[in-house]
Amino acid sequence: MSRWRVALLVARKDLAIEWRSRVVLDQVLPFAGVTMVLFAFALDSDAVLERVAPGLVWLAVLFSLLVLVQRAFAVEAADGALDALRVAGVDPMSIYWGKGLSLALQLLVLEALLLAAAVVLYGAEVPAEGVVLLVTTSITATPGLAAVGTLYGGLAAGFTGRETLLPLLVLPAVAPVLIGATRAVESALGTAGAATSDGWPWVGLLTVFAVAFGVGGSLAFGPLIDE
Amino acid sequence: MDAAPDPEHEHPARPVVELTDAVALLGPYPALAGATIRVDPGEIVLLRGPNGAGKTTLLRVCAGLVPLSRGEGRVLGHDLRTERAAVRPRVGLLGHSNGLYGDLTVRENVRFWGALVGATGDEIDAALERMAVGGRLAEVPARKLSAGQRRRTALACLVARRAQLWLLDEPHAGLDAAGRDQLDDTLRAAVAAGATIVVASHELERAGSLATRTVDVVAGQVRSVA
Amino acid sequence: MTTTDLDAGTPARTSAPRGTGTRATRVLGIATVVAMAWLVAFGLGFSPADRDQEESVRILYVHVPTIWIAYLAFVVTAISSGCYLFGRKKSLGFDRVAGASAEIGVVFMAVTLIVGALWGRLTWGVFWQWDARLTTTALLFVTYIGYLAVRRLGGSHHQRAKRSAVLGLLAVLEIPLVHWSVRLWRSLHQEATVLRTDGDISMDGLMLFSLFVGVIAFTLLYVWLLLHRSRTMFLEDLIEDRGLDQALAARRAEAEEVRP
Repeated sequence: MSRWRVALLVARKDLAIEWRSRVVLDQVLPFAGVTMVLFAFALDSDAVLERVAPGLVWLAVLFSLLVLVQRAFAVEAADGALDALRVAGVDPMSIYWGKGLSLALQLLVLEALLLAAAVVLYGAEVPAEGVVLLVTTSITATPGLAAVGTLYGGLAAGFTGRETLLPLLVLPAVAPVLIGATRAVESALGTAGAATSDGWPWVGLLTVFAVAFGVGGSLAFGPLIDE
Repeated sequence: MDAAPDPEHEHPARPVVELTDAVALLGPYPALAGATIRVDPGEIVLLRGPNGAGKTTLLRVCAGLVPLSRGEGRVLGHDLRTERAAVRPRVGLLGHSNGLYGDLTVRENVRFWGALVGATGDEIDAALERMAVGGRLAEVPARKLSAGQRRRTALACLVARRAQLWLLDEPHAGLDAAGRDQLDDTLRAAVAAGATIVVASHELERAGSLATRTVDVVAGQVRSVA
Repeated sequence: MTTTDLDAGTPARTSAPRGTGTRATRVLGIATVVAMAWLVAFGLGFSPADRDQEESVRILYVHVPTIWIAYLAFVVTAISSGCYLFGRKKSLGFDRVAGASAEIGVVFMAVTLIVGALWGRLTWGVFWQWDARLTTTALLFVTYIGYLAVRRLGGSHHQRAKRSAVLGLLAVLEIPLVHWSVRLWRSLHQEATVLRTDGDISMDGLMLFSLFVGVIAFTLLYVWLLLHRSRTMFLEDLIEDRGLDQALAARRAEAEEVRP
């Protein structure tokens, strides 16, 4: 059985669990939504909100990422399933790719909805020429987030009661994604007069980040979850 | 003993487990201190002994999880010193947790494990039936099951992923009388279908009637019982 | 996993060192004190005030050496992590050096950030500037605090060593990414004065010399701390192992009682 097939099985299993339990739909999405509303309370100015809308979207994505990662590994830890996978000799790299893939898909859905929320709540506008950049940004930023989240989620999963470790490890590591994705979306939306073409170098940064942490995570995940 | 005589047991086949003077460490502590044991195909071997005698470590060594520091060992034909990774997929180790996903149904759990080795739908159905979690029970989410049903679902996962050697650590713990009876029936069914089982248990009476052979584990060593 | 959890094995267990000092560290300690006194003399006394920054330039004699040593410490952490992970012996000595170095690096970086903020207030009028080097440093600071938190997660010594070694190497992956992104984001900061390649060194000779003294003093301090800290870590591991031995002995005695 090839690595990819096992990874796809793991991803499908994770998505089936999410579909069945509806935790993302019932809890993570409302959480992300309320975060967006609270940002508005804190900033309290239509002009400012429109200016910072891209950053707020990605900030809400990062917070939701933490919740999603915790959930993805709570499912494994509840009855020792991750241990069972390891004991059965299932390749850690496949587990990493599978869980990362499922996380990435959930993040993509979340990003689309949060962007829609920004349009509704913050008055952000999506010009036609920015759509390609917007979609590309999302597609390049998400694997990086999923790679970091899955990696450190797996590390923290082995230690019940140390869940506070996850944000401490994840947030500094994904800072480049927050910076890059925010600037790229600003360019796509034309926020504060940014040109669409300015966004592409940031997409380059996001791609390098995703590749670096994808490779690093694939190699590091096994040793980190191994006993 | 009411276990059906296994035809394979009559001919001395290649042993499933063969440890010779095995030493394994938990940290610096020799949990196994020169254990020698041989398990033939189709056996149900009961390990008995006090807490801390090394029963669990013996199971974990056989599962390829704990390396041998000294001595020799082969499981299912693989050398434990050099081929532990090859041992793991063919061996099923069941400890206190069942490794089930509570939100998935019994069938989905079993299918996931089966799919990892490319098991067909028929194989999944057979696994469910053999461990008595088929029919309507198969469509119930795992978190709604009783302790016995969860244990049997975990065993069905072992069937589905074609584990040939089952290493069970206190499988009767936490089950009621009916659950224990059903567990024993399913274990016999598994052996009839070709599995070999090593059980570590405190429930001596219970496990003793199930086992085809009993050995004592004392201070990290194995002593045969006549 | 190797046979024993401590490289020193049983002999060291019976004759654990009474302290972490040796003749070499004592000499090093004295040298550090002398160098620090020298730094105080030059930094606060002999070196002149800057024409623009005036007296506040003296802060740089601490700020610059500490940040350099902090980065050096993290490089040492990464190298030791690699030596542990890829070395055939899996020596816990490398793990302790990695941990000790990261701890010292975090402390030095904290000093850098605090002192730098004070200098910024005096020179720029603000405590903080969102420029590339400052922001990278702050993020690294948090990253290594995370690294130290992971070191305290528990498990056997080799589990700790493997986990933190992997993390120590991942942090190295993070540094260029963070730096690149923050740099792209904004680069208001003046170019590094000393490392400017056009040969136009804007610092006066005595100031440069004071800075040099600072680097020597803090390097000595770093090495001295590293030796002592990695040795105390060794002793901590020893204590943990002894506790485990006692627990196991107690447990075995218990098992004896249970047996008829």
